[in-house]
Amino acid sequence: MNTVPQSVADLAADNRRLAWQLALGALLMVGFGYLLVPIYRVFCEYTGFNGTTARIDLGRAATQGIDRSRWVTVEFAANTSADLPWDFRPEVASLRVHPGEMVVAQYEARNRSRREIIGQAVPSVTPGQAAAHFRKIECFCFSRQPLAPGQTLKLPVQFQVDTGLPPGIATLTLSYTFFELPGGRITAAGIRHEVPS
Amino acid sequence: MTEIALPQHHEHEHPSGITRWLFTTNHKDIGTLYLLFAVSMLFIGGSFAMVVRLELFQPGLQFVSPHFFNQMTTMHALVMIFGAVMPAFVGLANWMIPMMIGAPDMALPRLNNWSFWLLPFAFTLLLSTLFMPGGAPSGGWTMYPPLVLQTGMAFPFLIFAVHLMGISSVMGAINVITTVFNMRAPGMTYHKLPLFVWTWVVTAFLLIAAMPVLAGAVTMLLTDKYFGTSFFNAAGGGDPVMFQHVFWFFGHPEVYIMILPAFGIVSQIVPTFARKPLFGYTSMIYAVASIAFLSFIVWAHHMFTVGMPLAGELFFMYSTVLIAVPTGVKVFNWVATMWRGSMSFETPMLWALCFIILFSIGGFSGLMLGLAPADFQYQDTYFVVAHFHYVLVTGAVFAIIAGVYFWLPKWTGRMYDERLGKLHFWLSTISVNLLFFPQHFLGLAGMPRRIPDYAVQYAEWNMLSSIGAFLFGASQLIFVYVVVRAMSGHGEKATDQVWEGARGLEWTLSSPPPYHSFNEPPKVP
Repeated sequence: MNTVPQSVADLAADNRRLAWQLALGALLMVGFGYLLVPIYRVFCEYTGFNGTTARIDLGRAATQGIDRSRWVTVEFAANTSADLPWDFRPEVASLRVHPGEMVVAQYEARNRSRREIIGQAVPSVTPGQAAAHFRKIECFCFSRQPLAPGQTLKLPVQFQVDTGLPPGIATLTLSYTFFELPGGRITAAGIRHEVPS
Repeated sequence: MTEIALPQHHEHEHPSGITRWLFTTNHKDIGTLYLLFAVSMLFIGGSFAMVVRLELFQPGLQFVSPHFFNQMTTMHALVMIFGAVMPAFVGLANWMIPMMIGAPDMALPRLNNWSFWLLPFAFTLLLSTLFMPGGAPSGGWTMYPPLVLQTGMAFPFLIFAVHLMGISSVMGAINVITTVFNMRAPGMTYHKLPLFVWTWVVTAFLLIAAMPVLAGAVTMLLTDKYFGTSFFNAAGGGDPVMFQHVFWFFGHPEVYIMILPAFGIVSQIVPTFARKPLFGYTSMIYAVASIAFLSFIVWAHHMFTVGMPLAGELFFMYSTVLIAVPTGVKVFNWVATMWRGSMSFETPMLWALCFIILFSIGGFSGLMLGLAPADFQYQDTYFVVAHFHYVLVTGAVFAIIAGVYFWLPKWTGRMYDERLGKLHFWLSTISVNLLFFPQHFLGLAGMPRRIPDYAVQYAEWNMLSSIGAFLFGASQLIFVYVVVRAMSGHGEKATDQVWEGARGLEWTLSSPPPYHSFNEPPKVP
């Protein structure tokens, strides 16, 4: 098992070969570090981990029956990032809905600064187990929202709570946080600039 | 003996003065450089800790601003982990591995020189941030975004310093693996390798697998801050929690990178002073390998409170607790090695014994933290601080000190002063427990970590902890004196074998060993 090289040159060549193989391994691990990004994204979408919500088109949403025997309370939360001079709030604090029902809720945003600002809302649903069963059909968070100085905008979200929602869950919270997109720069670079679903 | 021609050097060839150290490709010189670098970083990082403990001596804000306090906690961790503990282990590997396996030098001597000399540059970058506008990084060594992205001018320095440290340790790891795989003396089979060599091989694979992931993660931080990417930026569709996952995917193997070589050192010392061969040699190797494997699947136990599905909490809890099994194998093997041994208690043995006891305490508090439901109470309290200081200070650092006392006579040819060594040991052991044990109580009582002020009910234990810290810091000056004394040729001459119970190729060389040893491969018994 102990390979004895025949000469100094052989040993040096063996050493170099092994060293390069190991260096290649290290390089591949840098790649693996970056690969964790899409892996994480897919994992979150699949499991609803971290409040990542699902997106569904209208046609598919309509095919689901409505479970009229069950009520689920959906609470609405609104936040803005610290440096965004917007007022942002839901029109109602909560709604009682049936699983499978298509519901529209309204938010409202007002730009209280003197400049035009493009905002991007990032959604999150708690509890985490419910996130995968919360489906948005249409949402203001699917696109960027430009607001002129002083402008107020109604922001609708059409959603459906999946009938497969685990039975223990009676209340879930839909939360949006608005972030400023600095001059839309975010869309020009970066690998995850697409609008979160 | 097989006749093979290996590079022939002559002892009078190496240059003297500063160029000897700058251009050296000799494993002993580079080992010395690593160890001297590590001890200087130990004192720099230690002085940061002294500032922290000084501020925490009493409740209220006394000496430093909260911002500077945060810089101290962050820099203390970065300097101790990447500057003191890791380079110290690489230094010991450089000195001992070639001598233990009967090789004339490391396999890639020039790469070796390079991997050392990256470190002073890395730490110049990192430490220079203390003098910058906005100060040094202060968001914690874990560099969580978005907080870390608020770091001022220091930010790119932090990132590039981490890159350099990573490159340095990956190159060191490549060198260790290549040396052990290709350079063993004829007859030195894998099942004859000393355990220090085995633990280092496993550590080297961990380094190659883990450090590049950290490099990737900090590069993502860099591009998020300066190049408009959104890996961790929620506004752009990224996720700050993902950083924690990527970071701890590196971070957990990293903690084993810092303890496996310590296991190796203790596995050399205990048999020597128990005058018995190591009990369960093969099981020790498999234990190290299983710990290394498990270290890659437990990362989210650092994040129980961040939120994850119940199945995730359970998986990470069970896999974490599972690590206690191979670790227990090691501890019981050390105890069994001593069982009915003819033991003597020279300084290296005292440190090694103390390692076994105190590291086990750190391991037990780790088990407590590994239980997901309990962790919700312990998360981010001083209980966590107490835990990782028991495994890192009384674990890794104690083992390094044990190794230095153990091998110092071999390196310098002089016995250290046994009386001073024991004084150093007892002062350190008493003070380190005074320093860290009360932090368990503080944490269980709810004192959060990384905050410069605290409620008055925590005052007594904090004061005791600070007193312990000052004593522990001061005790290390004895260590410096002991080492400098032996290095400058004072003290009793050491024999070649040094310790009565010492076995292995390294003890067949003269003390100090010739500049180039094993040019002719030795006969392996």
